[in-house]
Amino acid sequence: MKHFSLPVNNLIRKPGRTTVLALLTAFLALAVFGGSVVVLSLRSGLNSLEARLGADIILVPSQAQSKVSFQNMFLQGTTGAFYMDASVPEKALEVEGVEKAAPQTFLASLKADCCSIKIQVIGIDPERDFTVQPWITRSLTRDLGDMDVAVGCKVEADVGEIIRIYEQRCKVVARLEATGTGLDTAVYCDMNTMNTLLRAAEEKGVSHKIESGDQVISAVYVKVKDGYDIDAVNSRLNGHIRKVTAVRTRSMITGVSDSLAGVSRTVTVLIAAVWVLAFMILLLAFLLIIRERTREFAVLRLAGASRGMLSRMVLAESSLCGLLGGLIGVGLAALLLFPFAQLIESALNLPYLTPKPGTVLLLAAGTVLLSAAVAAFSSVIAAYRLSRVDPGAALREGN
Amino acid sequence: MSLLELKNVSKIYGDLKALDNVSLHVDQGEWVAIMGPSGSGKSTMMNIIGCMDKPTSGEVLLDGVDISRESSKKLTDIRRDKIGLIFQQFHMVNYLTAVENVMVSQYYHSMPDEKEALEALGRVGLRERARHLPSQLSGGEQQRVCVARALINHPELILADEPTGNLDEANENIVLDLFAQLHKEGTTLIVVTHDPEVADAAQRTIVLEHGKVAREVINENFGK
Ligand SMILES: Nc1ncnc2c1ncn2[C@@H]1O[C@H](COP(=O)(O)OP(=O)(O)OP(=O)(O)O)[C@@H](O)[C@H]1O
Ligand SMILES: [Mg+2]
Repeated sequence: MKHFSLPVNNLIRKPGRTTVLALLTAFLALAVFGGSVVVLSLRSGLNSLEARLGADIILVPSQAQSKVSFQNMFLQGTTGAFYMDASVPEKALEVEGVEKAAPQTFLASLKADCCSIKIQVIGIDPERDFTVQPWITRSLTRDLGDMDVAVGCKVEADVGEIIRIYEQRCKVVARLEATGTGLDTAVYCDMNTMNTLLRAAEEKGVSHKIESGDQVISAVYVKVKDGYDIDAVNSRLNGHIRKVTAVRTRSMITGVSDSLAGVSRTVTVLIAAVWVLAFMILLLAFLLIIRERTREFAVLRLAGASRGMLSRMVLAESSLCGLLGGLIGVGLAALLLFPFAQLIESALNLPYLTPKPGTVLLLAAGTVLLSAAVAAFSSVIAAYRLSRVDPGAALREGN
Repeated sequence: MSLLELKNVSKIYGDLKALDNVSLHVDQGEWVAIMGPSGSGKSTMMNIIGCMDKPTSGEVLLDGVDISRESSKKLTDIRRDKIGLIFQQFHMVNYLTAVENVMVSQYYHSMPDEKEALEALGRVGLRERARHLPSQLSGGEQQRVCVARALINHPELILADEPTGNLDEANENIVLDLFAQLHKEGTTLIVVTHDPEVADAAQRTIVLEHGKVAREVINENFGK
């Protein structure tokens, strides 16, 4: 016996109507799923940036427009370098309320014969570092050795590969997890390696003025002891160390979170608008269908259908349509969002990190169910009216 | 034994008495024709018996149940379980095939059974056209599909309102032969018609005029 389902049959035999209704819900699902993924990606980008920065305060040389270049470096991965005296970490530890102070040194490689790729190189001191090291530890169980580098996930180099930086051969020993920030385009090494690279860069005539012999550093990451006021420590640092500016990391990130809040709001308003619009169009579409289907429903009534059966049939048809539309919309959003994550990131100019597959799947499933529910809900009036068709009268009119 | 009994049934639209105090009874297994001029209330009566409409006053007993007092839900159940309807116009769902149109009736009654639906189409000589859509069938063929749909659930009572009004002689004969067969199987038939030949096939003819029963004629030649 062939299985016979009237709602499914109706959808298949009226492909035009089914397509229009499905596309309407697809539009809805696209907006909901796409919007949520973008907002979630921005949120996890911000979280990861916060986690990576890890420090309460960052010390940078005061002469440069350091804050700006620093922020750009982290958010967009623009390369840059600025240097200060190597004694700054020790001086910082003298300040009351400072728990940890870890130096980092930045060096930009060139897009030239001497280097395989143009990237930001970041030297860390594994002993003192508390921001990058925990992240490296997740991909590499031992410390970084001499001329070893760990690469961010957007650097095109595989583990085991040798990359050249200022004619120096560096071995890639780890690829790091994505953070969705400019940190993904950087290469990390220890301070010894960094010194070798700095000297090599100097020989190449890269115009950074490096005091010979001494270790130079670009920034110091400071962690404040529990119970101390970060702002107070910040101003004590500013007073204690000369030619260095202490910046609260929060202040760098608030700019980001402000724009994030702005984008979230825009997306939310957009989703709401699409919903209202799509719901109204669906409602209208179903109301138009009432007229078209009155005779059909009268025939079904005469064939023995009860009112309940007919309204259930309308709801089944519309939720199936919604289910189909939801799948199309989510699929379309996925096709648009995931391959073009890079483009979205640079367009928004904000840290952007696609959420975990589990979260995305859950979101997708939720969106599909929601689409089905909305489609069903918008057909309630039609279901009610069609189930109340007076078969005698409807068929008399048809004649 | 009486299957259907109308007691003083009236149907009034404004000041028009479409049915005016009609009383009649139909026995189980009887084949009755209803005749009368246009506007005499034939369809009005059929709609009331078919549980599609309610009388303004009077009682309609079907199998001992007064259907003029039943809820619309109950009327749907009665119609589904006991009555097969055939109209002058061919009411098919236009995007379902012939066999699916028949199965719709089973769908709401019990379980769609394609084999049984195909057999019913076979009885009206349309076994080969089962997969055709209504638009691919002639009027006569569509009407035969409707007849197949009406009898698929083995109803006790078949109500046909001018079933042959739009049919040619050949199709009319197919339908009448089928009615004769159903009658033999014990089905009760009430057939509204303007065609004396169709009325002659029945055991008894009831003539309506101005919403009243004008006369009844027993067909002496029935079965001969
Ligand atoms: N819903 C209605 N509202 C008002 N008047 C109606 C309605 N239905 C039927 N009538 C009137 O009731 C009378 C009986 O109509 P009915 O359809 O029963 O006639 P009939 O005997 O079937 O005629 P015909 O042979 O032309 O089909 C007619 O005068 C018709 O105009
Ligand atoms: Mg009539």
